[in-house]
Amino acid sequence: MKQYLKDKNFRAGLLITGIMLCVILIGLLWTPYDPNAMSGSEKLLKPSAAHLFGTDNFGRDIFSRVIQGAGATFLIAAAAVAIGLVIGLIIGGLTGYYGGVLDEILMRISDTILAFPSILLALVMIAILGKGKYNIIIALGILFIPSFARIVRSEVAKQKNTDYVRNARLMGASNMRILFLHIMPNIVPVLLSSVAIGFNNAVLSEASMSYLGVGVQPPDPSLGRLLSEAQGYLFQAPWYAICTGLAIILLILGFGLLSEGMGGE
Amino acid sequence: MTYVLKKTGVLIISLILISLLAFLAFQIIPGDPTTKILGTDYTPERAEALREQLGLNDPLPARYLSWLKGLLQGDPGISYSYFMPVKEVMSGKIQVTAALSLLSWVLVMLFSIPLGILLARFEGGHFERAGIVLNQVFMAVPPFFLGMLFTYLFGLVLHWFMPGGYIPFSQSVPGALGYMFFPALAIAIPKAAKTAKLLRSSILNEMNKDYVRTAYSRGNSRWAVLRDHVLRNAMLPVITYLAMSLADTVAGSIIVEQVFALPGLGRLLLSAIGNRDFPVAQCIVVIIAFVVVFMNYLADIITQYVDPRVRLS
Repeated sequence: MKQYLKDKNFRAGLLITGIMLCVILIGLLWTPYDPNAMSGSEKLLKPSAAHLFGTDNFGRDIFSRVIQGAGATFLIAAAAVAIGLVIGLIIGGLTGYYGGVLDEILMRISDTILAFPSILLALVMIAILGKGKYNIIIALGILFIPSFARIVRSEVAKQKNTDYVRNARLMGASNMRILFLHIMPNIVPVLLSSVAIGFNNAVLSEASMSYLGVGVQPPDPSLGRLLSEAQGYLFQAPWYAICTGLAIILLILGFGLLSEGMGGE
Repeated sequence: MTYVLKKTGVLIISLILISLLAFLAFQIIPGDPTTKILGTDYTPERAEALREQLGLNDPLPARYLSWLKGLLQGDPGISYSYFMPVKEVMSGKIQVTAALSLLSWVLVMLFSIPLGILLARFEGGHFERAGIVLNQVFMAVPPFFLGMLFTYLFGLVLHWFMPGGYIPFSQSVPGALGYMFFPALAIAIPKAAKTAKLLRSSILNEMNKDYVRTAYSRGNSRWAVLRDHVLRNAMLPVITYLAMSLADTVAGSIIVEQVFALPGLGRLLLSAIGNRDFPVAQCIVVIIAFVVVFMNYLADIITQYVDPRVRLS
């Protein structure tokens, strides 16, 4: 952690992500207005002290809606990354540790998958699974498996011939114990950076898919859905789209800087 | 030559695998298309006749082969929602997406290469610092949001173009390309930012090598070293990246077409997914997948052509 803090990118990323997460956490308990409360007399108001981001076509407070949407988007991203990470850890760990033909085949498959734009694969998965919040989590989660599996595999393969692993083996530790209790903790630092990239991709994918109408469906909130709603009022209420977009950019930027600060791409 | 042959072999195998996967992916979806096509005219006898006509009663391998044969001959089946050949549903749409993604790809190159070189040239100065921060921000902007900003600023406020007023190629080629400029820009900017960053770090990486020190010691300026010695080597990873990023601009156009109401493959794919019109969706996915794989193949070939060391490793 200390070594990361010396990195400017990491500090900036930590600041942005930290602020966003605080706002999201507070938003779970309290928002300035009820995000769904309509008001006939306060339609399409400009940003002001009372409504920081203005109001939408139903007189709902956009600031509250953006906080709620950011929270939903963040949870979707977290769930998708968690699925990809856990399955990727298992697949990458086993293939990296044991190697062999299965390792070759799985890595070729993941190479092919990684060559494709993720939005295309996500659309195919949604076509198969159907629309909705949970299906987008599953689709993104599955899409993230190859990238996590790849990193875990190469790290495990690197670690498996080190002295501490040989030592553990001499002491009679089982393969599973070596893999999950001895090797895994040592690859956490490398994984952190890819988790940040995963969040970055997940937020972008969720926003794109929901914007296209194949992700989160009404009445569930999300930043992508807010943007697609905002597009209809681009002329009367440009702040609706701009404020929502800024929230998306800040989330993506924060995670991007974090991963870079931790030595990712 | 053996390198090219080997890569071509891999290309052909990948294409076959992709067509198989795309076919299977859309076969595991439950549901009977005949109920959708027939609608209120549904009777078991008609459904049976239609199933026979569409070849849905054949075993899976036979259906795959006949679909693949049709695809290669330019006739990839019948659309379920329009009940006409997929080919006709898609006519005119491919050109829109192809033009949009090519245009944004060209823009990516036009922006990223000079920017990457300038950032490396002025390393350590205020220009570079400001450039890097801006670059980082642009990398984080989703293309479709940029598209919305352009629609608002250039369309609704400045009236430089009519949002939603796309002129088809058949009416006016300059008109169509002109309308595509802002969508292409929206796709290109985040991608160009990433490419410029890669080029900058690739150049700075080269700058530490021995041959650069030798070039300096002969009295070359930083600019001359950069231009005559470093750029050639630093461009190698960038060329590969650029070749592969055509796939990303295609993916970007799927989304951005929606913002600008461009009648391309992306909008068709979305409506096909929404209507569960799988022959159309399947065909679009295969086309885009072929483009991706083929660009990766080209990237490999170009890289080994400009850098023969690749062949040996």
